[in-house]
Amino acid sequence: MVNLTIDNIQVSVPEGTTIMEAAAQVGVDIPKLCFLKEINEIGACRVCVVEVEGKDKLIASCNNVVEEGMVVYTNSAKVRKHRKTIVRLILSHHDCNCSSCVRNQNCALQTIAKDLNILMVPYKKEISDNNWDRSFPLIKEASKCIDCMRCINVCEKVQAMNVWDLLGTGSRTQVSVSGNRVIRDADCALCGQCITHCPVGALRERDDTTDVWHAIEDETKVTVVQVAPAVRTAWAENYELDEAHSTMGHMADALKRIGFDYVFDTTFSADLTIMEEGTEFISRFTSGDTADMPMFTSCCPGWLRMLKAKYPNLVGRLSTAKSPQQMFGAVIKSFFAEKIGVKPENIVTVSIMPCVAKKEESTMELFHEEYAGHDVDIVLTTRELNRMMATAHIAPESLEKIQCDDIMHDITGAGVIFGASGGVMEAALRSAHYLITGQNPDPETFKDVRSTREVEGYKEAEYHIGDAVVKAAVVSGLGNAEKLIEKCLAHEVHYDFVEVMACPGGCVGGGGQPIHDGEELATPRGAKLYELDRNEKYRFSHENPDVQKLYENYFEKPNSHKSHMLLHTSHKVEGF
Amino acid sequence: MSRMEFNVPGRASKVLEELYKDMERRIESSPFGLCPIDMSRAFLEMCHAQSCGKCAPCRIGLGQLKNLMDDVLEGRANMETLEIIKETAETVMDTADCAIGYEAANMVYKGVVGFRDEYISHIETGKCTCNYKQPVPCVSLCPAGVDIPGYIALIREGRYADAVRLIRKDNPFPTTCGYICEHPCEARCRRNIIDDAVNIRGLKRMATEFAGYVEPPKCEPSTGKRVAIVGGGPGGLSAAYYLQLMGHQTTVFEIHEGLGGMLRYGIPNYRLPKDKLDNDIQAILDTGVEIKYGLRIGKDIEIDTLRKEYDAVLITIGASTDKKLGIEGEDATGVVSAVSFLREAGCGGGMDLTGKEVCVVGGGNVSMDAVRTAMRKGAKKVSIIYRRRIADMTALREEIDSAAEEGIEMMTLKAPSKIEKNEDGSVKGLWVTPQMISAIKGGRASVKPSGEEEFMVPCDVLIVAIGQDIETKAFAEAGVPISDRNLIQSNNAGTFENVPGVFAGGDCATGPATVIRAIAAAKVLAHNVDEYLGYNHIITCDVDVPSTNTDDRKPCGRVNMNLRPAGERKCDFEGVEEPMTLAECNQEANRCLRCDHFGFGSFKGGRAIEW
Repeated sequence: MVNLTIDNIQVSVPEGTTIMEAAAQVGVDIPKLCFLKEINEIGACRVCVVEVEGKDKLIASCNNVVEEGMVVYTNSAKVRKHRKTIVRLILSHHDCNCSSCVRNQNCALQTIAKDLNILMVPYKKEISDNNWDRSFPLIKEASKCIDCMRCINVCEKVQAMNVWDLLGTGSRTQVSVSGNRVIRDADCALCGQCITHCPVGALRERDDTTDVWHAIEDETKVTVVQVAPAVRTAWAENYELDEAHSTMGHMADALKRIGFDYVFDTTFSADLTIMEEGTEFISRFTSGDTADMPMFTSCCPGWLRMLKAKYPNLVGRLSTAKSPQQMFGAVIKSFFAEKIGVKPENIVTVSIMPCVAKKEESTMELFHEEYAGHDVDIVLTTRELNRMMATAHIAPESLEKIQCDDIMHDITGAGVIFGASGGVMEAALRSAHYLITGQNPDPETFKDVRSTREVEGYKEAEYHIGDAVVKAAVVSGLGNAEKLIEKCLAHEVHYDFVEVMACPGGCVGGGGQPIHDGEELATPRGAKLYELDRNEKYRFSHENPDVQKLYENYFEKPNSHKSHMLLHTSHKVEGF
Repeated sequence: MSRMEFNVPGRASKVLEELYKDMERRIESSPFGLCPIDMSRAFLEMCHAQSCGKCAPCRIGLGQLKNLMDDVLEGRANMETLEIIKETAETVMDTADCAIGYEAANMVYKGVVGFRDEYISHIETGKCTCNYKQPVPCVSLCPAGVDIPGYIALIREGRYADAVRLIRKDNPFPTTCGYICEHPCEARCRRNIIDDAVNIRGLKRMATEFAGYVEPPKCEPSTGKRVAIVGGGPGGLSAAYYLQLMGHQTTVFEIHEGLGGMLRYGIPNYRLPKDKLDNDIQAILDTGVEIKYGLRIGKDIEIDTLRKEYDAVLITIGASTDKKLGIEGEDATGVVSAVSFLREAGCGGGMDLTGKEVCVVGGGNVSMDAVRTAMRKGAKKVSIIYRRRIADMTALREEIDSAAEEGIEMMTLKAPSKIEKNEDGSVKGLWVTPQMISAIKGGRASVKPSGEEEFMVPCDVLIVAIGQDIETKAFAEAGVPISDRNLIQSNNAGTFENVPGVFAGGDCATGPATVIRAIAAAKVLAHNVDEYLGYNHIITCDVDVPSTNTDDRKPCGRVNMNLRPAGERKCDFEGVEEPMTLAECNQEANRCLRCDHFGFGSFKGGRAIEW
């Protein structure tokens, strides 16, 4: 143990502890900007500098370790003076039009500037030019970038996509798309992890709320919205609502008040996906198709983009099932359109997703009878939903729990857990068990594929279902996924079925979720989904009454000709 | 008031002088991967500040050049801009009234020509494509990529054996290199920005000194593969070491009776005591290397036989013969090559020079070894004959100084023209043509005859130290490709297109170089042989590097190694360099700025933990 004092408080910490960690142990929260635990500990912004007795130079507390007998001051006159100057310098390179910034009131730089009581910046303003393809779902505002390097490191170390890098040297050094590429050519998976780890408003999703407002305002259009399972865990994080008042039902009320004509829960089509994908898996598994390489899940578009960019020859290993978002869109524009007697071209399908890549996935084409268009017309992130609610000045505490609309109303716990890493696999195995043996297993049978904590590498499990042995693996985070694929290709491991989610922890940790600087919330959000699963009336996708009715009345059976036309896709190496 | 006064520099000019020195050191330790346009623009701005402002091209032209370069850097330029920069630079070069102006413009001009591609890339993409790649300057300059900040940190903590282990991950000759490495690592040491480069070589020597014998790591399980290595110099032995660690059985074929090649038979004992060399070699042999002594390729054994009997063959024969002067009388007795002179001396024998006058031709490190050995062999007078000036000698500065201290005469600006023989065919003297220094060509001052009379420098022994050559004959006959420059012509991977399973590298493939280059080549060879044999072994080291300390980096002088007094050391072959004291070693280790952590290191990683 190393003994030291921090702000006159004695502290004893293990060797190798950083000064910042040691300070946190005694309740001293050292201001920081670029620091991201285990991802970006590089001492770049210098906001976290502290004074150590006997030393002239201030020391970055984020990546320097404690020494025996150290006397540390985190708030001395010298520290306050230098910290203020540093933040002023950073502000001189930052477009401070906070009132028109997506991160207004949720910005680490704004907070630190406020905390340091900075009322003026004595330096010349030097703002980088914004030069960006604004049709792309990921937007970088160079004028707001503070070159903290978090995006570079999260993309490299967690996602292994290396989209970002530091370009140029000297005074012109700045974070940009690596290799001097433009973003569209950079094989970006659109996972959005760089957005949720950006301390300021330099990275954001393309804002599509205006298009949604226009659709709502257009009286000739019927607007139909669906909400992904993971959204219910996070949409109310910025409101002072307890769990009982922040349910899917409350969110449905908000969507109705915003003006949507129909509100549905994507959990319904998650169940539909299980019927299609599960049936497909059993057919591929029993025919020996998975003897060499596994069948991969296809519901995560970030993962699909990564696979297509890095392993295009493995595209055939993907399930042909569309994602729940796309399936729902297809059902709305076919079956549902017929039911309500509206032409599909007069329906605008909107989805609320915890995801940025879904915005690009929705460009997938749909052809249904005379209709040619898209399953889903507009995709919003959880954050955009929050912004629409604010624009509509909906008081969160006034929301009431309402039901989603009928005929595609029922959901199961199996569909709910789609939002967490391991959930798709678990839901599929629950129904696969039924499809193979004709009997339902205990719904908790497959819970060891769950990611109930931060994912380290990946999880694997082997199940005896009837006479069959299914080897399954679950992985989240694209860096982990790449390692898993390499192992499969090297034949070091073999699996029949692999679930991949691009974001660490799955959709609950998605790049479209609300941002809480320095916090990783995938685990608690995932736990909420499993809690919901436990309390659902139905816990098997094949038991969903509305899904059963959909097959009876429309698709006939899973993997039928009609479902292949509407619910499956042939994956293209480029695009969706 | 007096009409004349002493000129006492004011406070401002004193500080400015200090800043000039700061800047010189800073430029010396400039990092890698900088944008050449941005740097030359910065230089230009400084040059402009030096302008007296009298003549228009300098006063205005340099400023306008800076503006144009800003346009390039800011993405506002087109190809016309580049043309205007070039033309403006030419005008200032040809019209400015003094060197402050025309040489500043010349720097810009050199860039427009010399890194035109970078200019065009900036103009076309509107961006700079340069970036920092290797953040740790010493590591990037070490050919073998030794983890220098890592082992210095271990030395600082007194973990000397761990320091040796960490060095051996990339270099199995830590003791040897502690004595005689040319330490390219020190050239851009960032510490130079504060005061002076860290004495990296000295610290490495101290690590090995304090550690004593350190066992090599355990070898991987045997692969059953056998590798023949021709030549037991630093390259061959390093390759053998790594291949053994990977689990292959190596056999080194060495024609001499001792191992180490030039380290044993070229470098004199006073620079590298042989018991120190043996320390490194012992650890290498302890990995299980087999040695076959006394076998010469082409005479005792054929390459084809090795190819049949072994799974791979490595040629690391070094450059062990000499180059000739090619002048009249070179066949005289008493004319010897430095290579054979030093080899014989290294075996403990060789000619007795007591009372003799010795001339050595050449200005490189081998020449310094020859003169200082001749002095120790009892010569009455030893002179270096060199065509250029002392400043132009390629030997390390400290070698030249040591030779001078030991009483070696430096006859510079003398070009050998012929060798005069006595009647018995022995050498009588060396005729030389006096030279004068002349124009700078290719960055180096050239010489031309001064017009003075030729004269003879009398000598009893003439040692030729103008370069080394490679014994390629037997290999050429075995079908190994040989280049026009008489080098074994392997490619950058050490392989040959049409001779599978045969590899070559080190001095015999690249020409005479340094120990550390031979070791670097050996790493490449070991890796590629391993791959050829169907494996992918990783060389790593389980020593954890201590975390950095947060001490202020206050200016502090560099600890240099002391030499024994010249009058004493020139009489024996004992080591000349004295070790650091423990206190000196600790202070010097603490001067390391830990670029593996501070600066770019903690962002892009300052450490390659395996290869």
